[in-house]
Amino acid sequence: MAVAVETLRPHHTIWGDALIRLRRNRLAVVGVTFILLLALGAMLVPYVSPYPWDRQNYNIILQNPSWAHPFGTDNLGRDVITRLLYGARTSLQVGIFTQIIVVLVGIPIGAIAAAAGGRMDNIIMRFVDVMYAFPDLLLIILVRAILGPSIYMLFLAIGLVAWVNVARLVRGQILSLKQRDFITAARAMGASGPYITLRHLLPNSIGPVIVVLTFNVPRAIFAEAALSYIGIGANTPSWGTMIRDGYEVIFAAPHLVAFPALAVGILMLSFTFLGDGLRDALDPRLRR
Amino acid sequence: MEKNILIEVKDLTKYFPITSGLIFQRIVAHVKAVDGVTFSIGKGETLGLVGESGCGKTTVGKCILQLYRPTSGSILFEDKDLCTLSENELRPLRQKLQVIFQDPYESLNPRFTAADIIGEPLRIHGTATGKAYRERVAELLDIVGLAPYMAERYPHEFSGGQRQRLGIARALALQPSFIVCDEPISALDVSIQAQIINLLGTLQDKFGIAYLFISHDLSVVRHISDRVAVMYLGKIMEISDRTELYKSPLHPYTQVLLSAVPIPDPEVEAQHVPIVLKGEVPTPINPPSGCVFHPRCPKAFEPCPTVIPALRDAGGGHQVACLLYSTSWP
Repeated sequence: MAVAVETLRPHHTIWGDALIRLRRNRLAVVGVTFILLLALGAMLVPYVSPYPWDRQNYNIILQNPSWAHPFGTDNLGRDVITRLLYGARTSLQVGIFTQIIVVLVGIPIGAIAAAAGGRMDNIIMRFVDVMYAFPDLLLIILVRAILGPSIYMLFLAIGLVAWVNVARLVRGQILSLKQRDFITAARAMGASGPYITLRHLLPNSIGPVIVVLTFNVPRAIFAEAALSYIGIGANTPSWGTMIRDGYEVIFAAPHLVAFPALAVGILMLSFTFLGDGLRDALDPRLRR
Repeated sequence: MEKNILIEVKDLTKYFPITSGLIFQRIVAHVKAVDGVTFSIGKGETLGLVGESGCGKTTVGKCILQLYRPTSGSILFEDKDLCTLSENELRPLRQKLQVIFQDPYESLNPRFTAADIIGEPLRIHGTATGKAYRERVAELLDIVGLAPYMAERYPHEFSGGQRQRLGIARALALQPSFIVCDEPISALDVSIQAQIINLLGTLQDKFGIAYLFISHDLSVVRHISDRVAVMYLGKIMEISDRTELYKSPLHPYTQVLLSAVPIPDPEVEAQHVPIVLKGEVPTPINPPSGCVFHPRCPKAFEPCPTVIPALRDAGGGHQVACLLYSTSWP
């Protein structure tokens, strides 16, 4: 049979297409660049910085920025930029590890609720509603009190309050995808329920999930900074801890608050820009 | 003819419940989407199923494929009643029963490549693996007129017509004996419609597949069908041989439908006065009593609101459900 004479669009995979659109979004590129630079700095800081993060030197306390100490020194004579980059480790770890927990908890729960339907769905989603309505910070403090002060428990505590919106999203995505003809086609072929969920429903809901995860990261970073600020956060260098320490001497050395506060703000903004860019890039309405 | 029946639908009924209530859901009414439909399709035959939107055409197709479980009635295929089988018992039979959808943008998984889409039925049923699998996928691409290099492309890189070809290739993968074509061309450009129709015709001649061709386009149905069934509000009004139905429609509803088809001759068309129906299609939640068409029927007479007309033979296999053609009514 003769080949139908119709022209094809240039060949791109779905992810390739999204990447092209993401690269056209200037703010998203700025965000990614900042995140990557910060991550690089956080990784390399032990090898590059001449000062360990906890080296105290009482001869140079509360110094203003200089060539030796680009971001100045704090009230114990520690180098601020070194501590800031170590703090970036905590922030980025919180951002990433909490989202791993969110993925591991939120996606299965949302998928199970949507797949089960009926009463099971109702019970699961009412539980999710309760979690959603509960004040996050209060719950984190509670979990912190029970699980102890380790940084991993902090990831767990933040992750356990952040999974609910992903669970909701995944459930909604699956419920709407289920109505599409390609799911009906798979059922007509004799595909089993788990096969349809794993091969069709979940891969097609992954785009919006990635966007929500990206928007979740700045919330987690902020939660960690807030917890550290009130003294129940990380016991490693953290931007929240630095802001609290600097707050005591804010009139003598405002840069001690300014730099970590700016760092929190810019990192959160970077992830928000990235999330915005991803949302546009992965929007299925722009495909076709 | 009798021996060659492939699929037999008897008294098929599908009611969708309408529920109300936040926690304790009660059934408050039913949408009578399909209400006592009976027909059969022979091997390698095309039955056209026409009717307005919402008359239950698609529901009939989905019930045959057991995508909806019918409320009552039976569907005999290979001596088995599909309605009584469990999903596991149905699985082997599903290889023989396939479907082509209306919207080729909706019916293909956007994250699968063309080869993944076409090969999916083979993977699900484990029909072919390795080299045989790749060869079969390449063969299917060729059968529907797509080039081999298109195998690794994604649905969004294809045009509507090409996507519909992919849908057809997927339906053909397991060598079915019956395909439900649910408005397979309504979403396509007119120039592409002809290509797809011709492809479906060629495939039928080649593989002896029977089609249930669901459409609201009377001229297309006339072109492709061997027999035509006309549906209105969940019931079949008339079934007949194609030429017979278009030449001498018996049911007033069919006559109205056919009079609405434009005639491709401007002089004849200028003389032609279409019969225009009064009112809207009634709701299938609460269909009219007696003959469901009586409130709009130009030829309704006194028994119509009370007597439900049965589908009966008016000679030569031309079946019609209308009291005008029944000699007696109770």
